Amino acid sequence: MTAMTSQETSALSVSRLVKTFDVSAPWLNRVVERKPRQFLQAVSDISFDVPLGGCLSLVGESGCGKSTVARLVTGLYRPNGGEMRFAPGHDGKPLSAQMIFQDPYASLNPRWRVKNIVAEPIRELKLRKTRAEIDDRVVELLKTVGLSASDGEKFPHEFSGGQRQRISIARALAGEPEFLVCDEPTSALDVSVQAQVLNLMRRLQDQFGLTYLFISHDMSVVRHMSDRIAVMYLGRIVEEGKTEALFARPRHPYTQLLLQTIPNIEKPHRDRVVAGGEVPSPLKPPSGCPFHPRCPIATARCSAELPEVRTLANGTRVACHLAEDA
Amino acid sequence: MTTDIAKTAPAKPSSALRRWLDSDIWWSFTHSKAAMLAAAIFAILIVTAVFAPWFAPQNPYDAAQLDMWKAELPPVWQEGGEWPYLLGTDTQGRDMLSAILYGTRISMIIGLASVALSLLIGMTAGLVAGFFGGFIENILMRIGDITLSIPTILIAILVSTVVRQLLPSDLREIGASAVLVLAIALSSWVQYARTVRAQTIVERSKEYVQAARLLKVPARRILARHILPNTLTPVLVAATLNFGMAILTEATLSFLGIGMPPGQPSLGTLIRIGNQFLFSGSWWIVLFPVIQLCLLVVVVNVLGDWLRDVLNPKLR
Repeated sequence: MTAMTSQETSALSVSRLVKTFDVSAPWLNRVVERKPRQFLQAVSDISFDVPLGGCLSLVGESGCGKSTVARLVTGLYRPNGGEMRFAPGHDGKPLSAQMIFQDPYASLNPRWRVKNIVAEPIRELKLRKTRAEIDDRVVELLKTVGLSASDGEKFPHEFSGGQRQRISIARALAGEPEFLVCDEPTSALDVSVQAQVLNLMRRLQDQFGLTYLFISHDMSVVRHMSDRIAVMYLGRIVEEGKTEALFARPRHPYTQLLLQTIPNIEKPHRDRVVAGGEVPSPLKPPSGCPFHPRCPIATARCSAELPEVRTLANGTRVACHLAEDA
Repeated sequence: MTTDIAKTAPAKPSSALRRWLDSDIWWSFTHSKAAMLAAAIFAILIVTAVFAPWFAPQNPYDAAQLDMWKAELPPVWQEGGEWPYLLGTDTQGRDMLSAILYGTRISMIIGLASVALSLLIGMTAGLVAGFFGGFIENILMRIGDITLSIPTILIAILVSTVVRQLLPSDLREIGASAVLVLAIALSSWVQYARTVRAQTIVERSKEYVQAARLLKVPARRILARHILPNTLTPVLVAATLNFGMAILTEATLSFLGIGMPPGQPSLGTLIRIGNQFLFSGSWWIVLFPVIQLCLLVVVVNVLGDWLRDVLNPKLR
């Protein structure tokens, strides 16, 4: 598998990342019931580059391993194989990553005041010395994300979902990261609030020169946010390329299916190919191409042979035997 | 000149007292007659026990104050009763009211100390088991299972007998209360350990804990500052209910003769002593300590039940 052939410097380059979870029954059950050990390969052989100052989005159905990649990148999980390299930041050390979580109700400690939640990274990473400096920084951060200084005295339950996600963003920014991993930051929000939060995140990207690894299952959100998109299916990247190129001409049949799920106001009754079946269990992945049981154009070769990732002329990488280059 | 609008923006005075009076718990308390009555009785019991030396007519520990001529006097309203022996005296000439007040004090101290100790053991075990999981969780929870499979009172008897034998004989009288506390705590920590473990497993996987892990916050601080406060509610309810249970266990052990010695009687010891004179007609020696014990335990249980209902919205 080749690295991305791009002139941009990458903030993070990931190569051949693998994460396997041990989902075996407890030892006693295995002995008594003679069950074998079971492993779930959540992420298999994933490579991608995140352009510095840009945004790479990971998209895919639930259970395809997007969130696992997020947790691998931030170091919450330890990979079983592969390599991740962060580019050096402005202080020469590798870029520091912070994370914005999916669920704004579980990501803030309900017993802490907002100002303490936002101050936690500052205290833990010792970014400010005195109490007054920390307090000033917290107020500054709250204002940056569109909240007021007095909101710091409140508890998380006094806020709406969108406001909580702003607090979550303020906390992530408090660690002064140059790299932000956003794990479906808007999927728990109303559509109108989604737009506000997304625009805030874009503004912050320009303001602080942040690099995003953005994870979502919503293609229209992804189109709004990202420079590059990687489509994941069952723990693998099936297609990766520039946002415009991918939307203009999706190469992988799975990407084509995903794009058809975007509602279109102009053509509400256009013909759609409905994907049959469900995502196969990652405990028993199908042979050959993981997508072949649902693929409308699958051939005999697809069920026998795992397609290599090929780089096409326009820089798009695709893992499909049948995607033609032209 | 700029206007002062920005400065006069409401700086909400959120004092601790103000928030307490605004809270659901206080509202529910003022709207529950049972809880208020129980709290009032509990307050009286605590005050009279804590300040027993001021309320009691006599110091029952001081042998010089006991008068053998006043032994087995009936309560003051009965024929032969004498002031100031309001509830009569026992066979040593000890004033029953004083003995009950001092005994309640001992019972409460032992109950409180044993609940505190078992909370410490149980919550530590639960937090460690739930947070780290794996082998250490298996060991801790299996020890808990073994403890639960033996009846509470048997564990308490076992511990108190063994520890008592290990103590030098001149320390046995003094160490009696410490032995009781240890015995009760070792037989009741499992409930806290299980509750806290279950809650810890839930909280551990929540995203705010992952956010803290991302910052490389040490496990000890994550446990103490993030997880522990979020496991406290169910534990507090259990601790309140178990305070009543601990007092009962103490009384049972003392009644069986392996608790507090007759020189420093707890309520259980008083009941044991009085039990011997029930058939000789001196009913007051046993009845009044029994009433006090029942009152104490019932009141604590009513408060515990109320607290559980308030803190668990699903039961409302």
